[in-house]
Amino acid sequence: MLYALKIATRYLTASKAQTALLVLGVAVGVFIFIFMSALIGGLAEFIVSRTVGDISHVTIEAEERDPAVLITGEGHVLAVIEPGGSRTATLSEAEAFLPLMASVPGVVAVSPQITGAGFLTRGGQVAQVSVNGLEPGRESAIVNLRSYMVEGSERLGSGIVVLGESLAEEMSLRLGQTLRLQSSGGASAVLTLGGIYDTGNGTIDGSSVFVSLATARTLFALPQGVTRIEIKLSDVNAAGPIAERISALTGLDAVPWTDGAEQLMEALDAQAQTGYFLKTFALITIVIGVASALLLSTYRRRPEIGIMRAMGAGRAFVIFVFVMQGALVGLLGGMSGAALGYLALLPFPPREAFEPGTLPIDITQGSYGLAITLTVIGAILASILPARSAARVDPVTAIGP
Amino acid sequence: MTALLDVTDLHKTFGSGEAETRVLRGLSLTLAKGEMAALLGPSGSGKSTLLTILGTLMKPTSGRYTMLGRDLASADERALTEFRNRHIGFVFQFHNLLPDFTALENVIFPTAVREGRESAEARARGRELLVRMGLAARIDFPTAKLSGGQKQRVAVARALMNRPELVLADEPTGNLDRESAMQVMDLIAEINREEGTTFLISTHDEKIADLCRRQIVLGDGVVTG
Repeated sequence: MLYALKIATRYLTASKAQTALLVLGVAVGVFIFIFMSALIGGLAEFIVSRTVGDISHVTIEAEERDPAVLITGEGHVLAVIEPGGSRTATLSEAEAFLPLMASVPGVVAVSPQITGAGFLTRGGQVAQVSVNGLEPGRESAIVNLRSYMVEGSERLGSGIVVLGESLAEEMSLRLGQTLRLQSSGGASAVLTLGGIYDTGNGTIDGSSVFVSLATARTLFALPQGVTRIEIKLSDVNAAGPIAERISALTGLDAVPWTDGAEQLMEALDAQAQTGYFLKTFALITIVIGVASALLLSTYRRRPEIGIMRAMGAGRAFVIFVFVMQGALVGLLGGMSGAALGYLALLPFPPREAFEPGTLPIDITQGSYGLAITLTVIGAILASILPARSAARVDPVTAIGP
Repeated sequence: MTALLDVTDLHKTFGSGEAETRVLRGLSLTLAKGEMAALLGPSGSGKSTLLTILGTLMKPTSGRYTMLGRDLASADERALTEFRNRHIGFVFQFHNLLPDFTALENVIFPTAVREGRESAEARARGRELLVRMGLAARIDFPTAKLSGGQKQRVAVARALMNRPELVLADEPTGNLDRESAMQVMDLIAEINREEGTTFLISTHDEKIADLCRRQIVLGDGVVTG
């Protein structure tokens, strides 16, 4: 129906000011839609990156074995070896899977670790700490230690320990000083303080210490294997499916970070719901605006509709003329609003550079295509009522004497 | 001469109860192909109602109406719209052109709306008609810039666009000065003479009626002369 499209276009261009206002109204609605999409998306991105950016996205931990029992032939339990305080469960063969895990699409880094509890002592001072044994060269694979260093280096060589600034202050430690680290199993090592970091996270800064994997093996008496494998992903939202894939590939129990973050997920979900509401209201405004403007146009053009009907234009043709007007207004308004939204979002920093105190708006999450598509669909739906009204115009009364 | 249309015992009643108005009261009429007839009668005699029914824009309350062998009194709206587009042209008192379109676009509308596009053939036919109407210099003019007489000539050209067998003209000169009125009537007479198009022209003007070969007089909803 090219001819109906021509008539629709002519009607719109004939009333330039009215059409411009209508398109502007739609564009503002689309602008709000896009701005809200970018803001809600950016905010979610910001929260997630700040919350889970420095944690393992997929974790594989050694499972504690069931306590060993000695049972008589009659089924009586004679003796049970109770689990000790020190970690004994290991991922003895898991290291063989490391290259396979690293090759899974979306995996950025794989960090085999030996972790456990310990005590840090210097002179008469003692602090309970969480010991993390990392592979030298992979210190920043999960927690980006390098970016948090305030003194020294994050490099974990033999006999080197790296700890948080608040712990260092608490124990009055300075770079290069020696201190003793004792594991919960009783083994101990004398280490040199090689670096001090400040992540801003009180728990990590006040109680985590990092040593090399070799040092951790000595401390926890684990000549081979690891206790934990941490995996970092390029997309934190893909943790679920990637964890499933790694489990399928290795047979190990890979746990995504979302499994322990129900509250965060609920908060993000609630935030997304708020965004949907706001965007829906923006769309409703567009639909009402287009519908009312076209209804007015229908009323104003009643005589012309009557003439067209008298000249042999069917009801379907009239409907098409008005629906096309709605579609064109939606398309023009949608594209203008999308362009306007994109331009307005350009000055905001990219998501990699979000800073506290600024609006975390992500220009890539503007949902431009979706906004235009929904606007065109909304405008078409909005034009159906005026179009039907136009098609019902009686040519005799519309033309009049 | 062969009959183009035939109406028998045509009734049209508006409203009901106390507000009931019987405009046509058993009107019968036959128009032959190629006729040029004037429709005369006082206001309220039913001229406009008859033209509206003959133009398939309104259905009679009762009675028979056939044109080109088709029963138009019982046809559905879609069929009537298509029939009207192909076989009937209209010229209204107030030209009723589409204001946002040029003279040529107005003329070719009946063909374009049927074909779904403005074909080259339609544009050629439209130009030819406008030239014939003496509007060669106004072909691509917006109709808003045309004089009353020029607009009415564009309306005549539009009525002829689909080569209809019947053109219904309701007071086509009623809004024109004498000179413009005579120009329009000369064109109608020429088309009738050369192409055999049937014209039924409603008018109050005796001089316009005298230009037609037949006068049909309506009175109180029936043909009286």
